[in-house]
Amino acid sequence: MTDRELILQRIRSAVANAPEPPEIARDYAERHHHGEPAELVELLAENLTGYRARVHRADDAGLPALVARLLAEHGDTSVAVPADLPAEWLSALTIDVRPDAPLSAVELDRTSAVITGCALAVAETGTIVLDAGPGQGRRALTLVPDHHVCVVRVPGQVYPSLPLAVPELDLRRPLTWISGPSATSDIELDRVEGVHGPRTLDVILLG
Amino acid sequence: MSGGTYLGMPSFPVAAKTATHDGRLRGNMHRAMNTIRTRRARAVSELDDWAQLRQAGKEIKDRALRHLDEYLLQIEERVTEAGGHVHWAADAAAANRIVAGLAKAAGAAEVVKIKSMATQEIGLNEALAAEGIDAWETDLAELIVQLGHDRPSHIVVPAIHRNRSEIREIFRAEMGRNGRPAPDDLTDRPADLAEAARLHLREKFLRAKVAVSGANFLIAETGTAVIVESEGNGRMCLTLPETLISVVGIEKVLPTQRDLEVFLQLLPRSSTAERMNPYTSMWTGVTAGDGPSDFHLVLLDNGRTETLADEVGRQALRCIRCAACLNVCPVYERAGGHAYGSVYPGPIGAILSPQLRGIDNPVDASLPFASSLCGACYEACPVAIDIPEVLVHLRERAVEQPGHGAERAVMNAATWLLDHPAALAAAERAASATRKLHPRTLNLGPAAAWSDTRDLPEVPSESFRAWWRKQHR
Repeated sequence: MTDRELILQRIRSAVANAPEPPEIARDYAERHHHGEPAELVELLAENLTGYRARVHRADDAGLPALVARLLAEHGDTSVAVPADLPAEWLSALTIDVRPDAPLSAVELDRTSAVITGCALAVAETGTIVLDAGPGQGRRALTLVPDHHVCVVRVPGQVYPSLPLAVPELDLRRPLTWISGPSATSDIELDRVEGVHGPRTLDVILLG
Repeated sequence: MSGGTYLGMPSFPVAAKTATHDGRLRGNMHRAMNTIRTRRARAVSELDDWAQLRQAGKEIKDRALRHLDEYLLQIEERVTEAGGHVHWAADAAAANRIVAGLAKAAGAAEVVKIKSMATQEIGLNEALAAEGIDAWETDLAELIVQLGHDRPSHIVVPAIHRNRSEIREIFRAEMGRNGRPAPDDLTDRPADLAEAARLHLREKFLRAKVAVSGANFLIAETGTAVIVESEGNGRMCLTLPETLISVVGIEKVLPTQRDLEVFLQLLPRSSTAERMNPYTSMWTGVTAGDGPSDFHLVLLDNGRTETLADEVGRQALRCIRCAACLNVCPVYERAGGHAYGSVYPGPIGAILSPQLRGIDNPVDASLPFASSLCGACYEACPVAIDIPEVLVHLRERAVEQPGHGAERAVMNAATWLLDHPAALAAAERAASATRKLHPRTLNLGPAAAWSDTRDLPEVPSESFRAWWRKQHR
């Protein structure tokens, strides 16, 4: 008998006399905040800031200058971008822009920043979700460089809560949920921002 | 009663005795547990529907377990459709064989690892070492444990027993022997220690061909694996190597995508007291041009189906490894994680280890007695595992073992643990609460034993915890 058959047989005999469980009572809240879209954007900003992401606002006209300023302030000398990132976002940059053609892991490690969009954001938890869709690139892109600038269109991409956001996601795509920069509390439960992922996360609320 | 296996002298009390006399360990643990309890209470109190989420979490897991065979087959089908490979391992040896074989086939002399309880449970690192393959732990706490030739003492923060100056000494002494050395001027600031770990591990991430992980959840509907983390070492392992091998206990199944909305509210708040953990990764099979091109899912039984067969004990399989029960447990805080003699410490370990490993050895037979039955663990559990109920049930099973002195075991455990008179009084009450479990009275069924225990006025859970708080103010 293979391990597969053995495990399946053991399961069937283990639960043979177990009662059928009841229908799942999903009487938890669909959302915890009932504000207008503008208030949800505020909540998103507040929760992102709470996890030490830096939150900025811009309209389409102001975006290129803001992107350029954030990279300059961080001292970045190079920036990786998904091949399909809107070109106008980069129009004010004077540093080395490296489209992911793809870049090797070592090349990414020598690149100081990355700019992407996102799939959606969740206000209640301060979460940004990337799904490798338009303007987001593959997963390694937003991981290896030390500075991530992420653009969220507001209020369009902002969902109030997990129960309202989860059904929007396509799990067949690789998903990365980001709630603040990389962090650890492994040493005496003292929170430190920045271990392996980008140590600086700038979120631009675009709208 | 033969001396060697006499269960009045089991392993937990012996180990706990050492631990409770280690002043530094107790200091580290007391501070840490206080901090984490306060933070978690705040995170949970933010959600006014916590009770409903908890109930839904329980019901979802019960459904997954009741139809586990169907869900596992569904996962196999979906993962395979998405270009992944599914392996089945009945026990630890089988799982280790599969992983070592895959690593060798990929031509790897080393693997990078994401913190995983399942791979600790099966002793994978040791099995790989025996095959000449180095396994590098990449979670900061696991790195501290590995470099310190130590063992994890907590499910979520495995190096909780170490303070910053100990960690600095470990990094200075050991990093250079295993790769990039720690800087000469390394301080004991957590930020500097984290930076040293970042630099030490970065070269390993960039060259790794094979990564090994566990998973927090497997979604049957889509065949998706989910990993919840903080540092980004998980993302590194899931993204950069060409081959990814995930060893996952069969109880990690969630039936549907929608179930994530429940568990991604329950888990971060219960484990690290956050609204959401910094990074969560989800993947289904392989994706061309993004991440590993070779994905292997190893479905692990290793005692889980036996646990599933126990009507009372099977609820332990709902566990999502959040460690909330450890953080509220007065026995865990005092004894530390190592005393439990298992990768699963604390209250959940006391019911999980004996079921996964079998109760017929002194260590596992002693674990169900490592509790005062105060009930704080049940209250904290986000999937409502009634840990005291299972403890009492397992005590019955332990005393069915020939030659077991149940009351003596309880008394020894409690005396050595709670080493002052007020504590001893509480321990005696705990012992009297299990009086019904003495072999002479074993004709009582599990339900009767449990309700008798709960009805005893000497051990109301509130007053025990009130007492505890008073002692530790």
